[in-house]
Amino acid sequence: MDFSYTETQGMIRDTLARFLADTYDFDKRSKMIASDTGRDPGIWQALAQELGMLGAAFAEDHGGLGGGALENAIIMEELGKVIAIEPYLQTVVIGGGALKAVGGAQADAVIPEIIAGNVVIGFAYAEPQGRYDLANIRTTAKKDGAGYILNGHKGVVYAAPWATHLLITARTGGAGRERDGVSLFLVDAKTPGIVRRDYPTVDGFRASEIYFENAAIPGDALLGGEGAGIGLIEQIVDEATVGVCAEACGVTHKLHEGTLDYSKQRQQFGQPIGRFQVLQHRMVDMFMEVEQARSMTIMATIKLDLPATERMAAVSQCKAKVSRACNFVGQNAVQTHGGIGITQELAIGHYFKRATMIESQFGSADYHYDRIERLVD
Amino acid sequence: MDLEFTAQDLAFRAEARAFIAENYPKSLRGKQDEGDELSKEDFLSWHRILAQKGWIAPAWPVEYGGTGWTPTQRFIWSEETARADCIRIMPFGITMVGPVIYTFGTAQQKAHFLPRILSGEDWWCQGYSEPGAGSDLANLRTIAVQDGDDYIVNGQKTWTTMAQHADWGFFLVRTNKEAKAQEGISFLLIDMKSPGITVRPIITLGGEHEVNEVWLEDVRVPMTQRIYEENKGWTCAKFLLAHERTGIAAIAGSKRGVERIKEIARTEFDGDRSLYANPFFRRKVSELEVDLTALEYTELRSLAGEAAGKGPGAEASLLKIKGSEIQQRITELALEAVGHYGAPYFRGFGEGDNEHPIGPDHAHRVAPTYFNARKTTIYGGSNEIQRNIIAKMVLGL
Repeated sequence: MDFSYTETQGMIRDTLARFLADTYDFDKRSKMIASDTGRDPGIWQALAQELGMLGAAFAEDHGGLGGGALENAIIMEELGKVIAIEPYLQTVVIGGGALKAVGGAQADAVIPEIIAGNVVIGFAYAEPQGRYDLANIRTTAKKDGAGYILNGHKGVVYAAPWATHLLITARTGGAGRERDGVSLFLVDAKTPGIVRRDYPTVDGFRASEIYFENAAIPGDALLGGEGAGIGLIEQIVDEATVGVCAEACGVTHKLHEGTLDYSKQRQQFGQPIGRFQVLQHRMVDMFMEVEQARSMTIMATIKLDLPATERMAAVSQCKAKVSRACNFVGQNAVQTHGGIGITQELAIGHYFKRATMIESQFGSADYHYDRIERLVD
Repeated sequence: MDLEFTAQDLAFRAEARAFIAENYPKSLRGKQDEGDELSKEDFLSWHRILAQKGWIAPAWPVEYGGTGWTPTQRFIWSEETARADCIRIMPFGITMVGPVIYTFGTAQQKAHFLPRILSGEDWWCQGYSEPGAGSDLANLRTIAVQDGDDYIVNGQKTWTTMAQHADWGFFLVRTNKEAKAQEGISFLLIDMKSPGITVRPIITLGGEHEVNEVWLEDVRVPMTQRIYEENKGWTCAKFLLAHERTGIAAIAGSKRGVERIKEIARTEFDGDRSLYANPFFRRKVSELEVDLTALEYTELRSLAGEAAGKGPGAEASLLKIKGSEIQQRITELALEAVGHYGAPYFRGFGEGDNEHPIGPDHAHRVAPTYFNARKTTIYGGSNEIQRNIIAKMVLGL
């Protein structure tokens, strides 16, 4: 058994960590988020061109480094450590994941563009009534000659304001929560009839409500089989779920580390507050949550290649545990900091906000416990 | 033992409910429903209506402008105002400095300040915490040095809630550097328009401007504005911390919060059913309700003790700990209930911002409210400090 990284994987992590330490310090991040577009596209370009980071998880045939889920996890964790707002999850893990899964001409056309930094993808899957059920879809894609006509509303699409492409789940058949009839499309974000309402999110990203108003898309926008997309969607969402769990490893690690540092500096009652046993035990509990989140993330990363049932069970176990860790570590980091923990002035509060959003991203702990039970029964 | 409300209590409840229904400002209700930021004037509008009626300071002795209500009636009043979702009355004047002034102040201080607190003419803020004096409040460094009939005050306060609106502040300052921590502190009333005072905003995680830093640089304060004896300010501070038992547990507001979660959960979908029909979610709501009932009856016992003339004890700490934890759980459950729509950041503030917010109406500001509620286990003596108080004062450890 070997939990260590290969030399290449270690290099990816170190290179990225060095780059992010420079480009993503707290002030720079704050300015970026407050700017009109909410991001600095130069960073994405640098990740692609200077670091070659966007190709780490793609095959060499497409110009990548030949990696996969583990490389994605390494990168997501480093992004989490600086609470980066780069659209890596949406573009590489989710969009790239879908393209790798279907292969063929679509993968050949788009993956090299992702690696080059020319593509940003927004994943339009959630709907207001759907909660975390991936098949609860009302958006329709109606066959129209060789193409389709999209109608419907997708909610809280992270990175959509920056996106060149949208990855969309829609019904080509069926209704309600039926698994049959769900299809996946990759479309040009500028397609007429796609209307966006953009807004900032509480954790520093930008997102959109997306309305499809008779948006005509070509037939080759379809990824995988028509009406038979739910299995593929579940697979890429599982990969994305592990992606945010890896990010959470970075986020909770920094929350714990920041709290530990603060408890050694902050003096009350004539001593550092870290000397108080009640706070020591709390920080030990945080530490144990961080460690277990990491263990679960590694477990789920390795199991992403297994058959669907085993993969889903592993991913749900991982997310349930990581969601709880985000909650516990985030809340206690703030509590241990006291008032300063709930201001915008210190990074800790911003880590707490991201940790809070990860708790429910791609399903809350309750949702995943429920999914585990459904898989077992 | 009699836990039933009396006929008088029930009549009072009806009277209170009718008064609120007839007199609560409609414009204010509208702003609250829209999630707009409330201005100083908004807060004062309801304050003035209650002052006019003579109901602004239920806990005060009648001679100073109180209502003469029993603790139970006060409890009913807080329930009715929460039930009608009335904005809270800012506590700094009515709940905090007022009782200190009528308990420890001179006749002149009472005559000057109390009517202005009641009418809302003066908006108060609290100058307690400092960068180096949080949980360890007695470690404060702001210093007041005598100069003729005045003190010259220098130092820095922080977490000063609503200081941006304040006309007056009550401050703990050090008047004797040689004395042991608690013994060299005095309680001063300071005009916030005094030269040398600078108020700087601190923005909290939800984007709110509630708290401030207050810098005092050679601020001249007449000695007549000191409450009680010099170096005995800690007595006032301790009195204030333990004084107000009604309200510290925030039960009425939490009851309203639980109802709101039920409303949200009934409209949110969870597959083919409502979220409220999800047994796991429902159980969490039930657990909250049970804990809230336990807290409510603990508070009622405490109020009964107060009515029987028992001095406030460490049960205030119990009410604070459990009350704040419940407040946080309510915001946490609300965030869980709205699913994806916790993420959009709705500012919803500022005049002329007419754009409709993202997602369902009930999801607005649910996440910022959750972030903001983390303060409840930190302020007013953190829950760690409250547990220390119980360990020491109740358990004798």
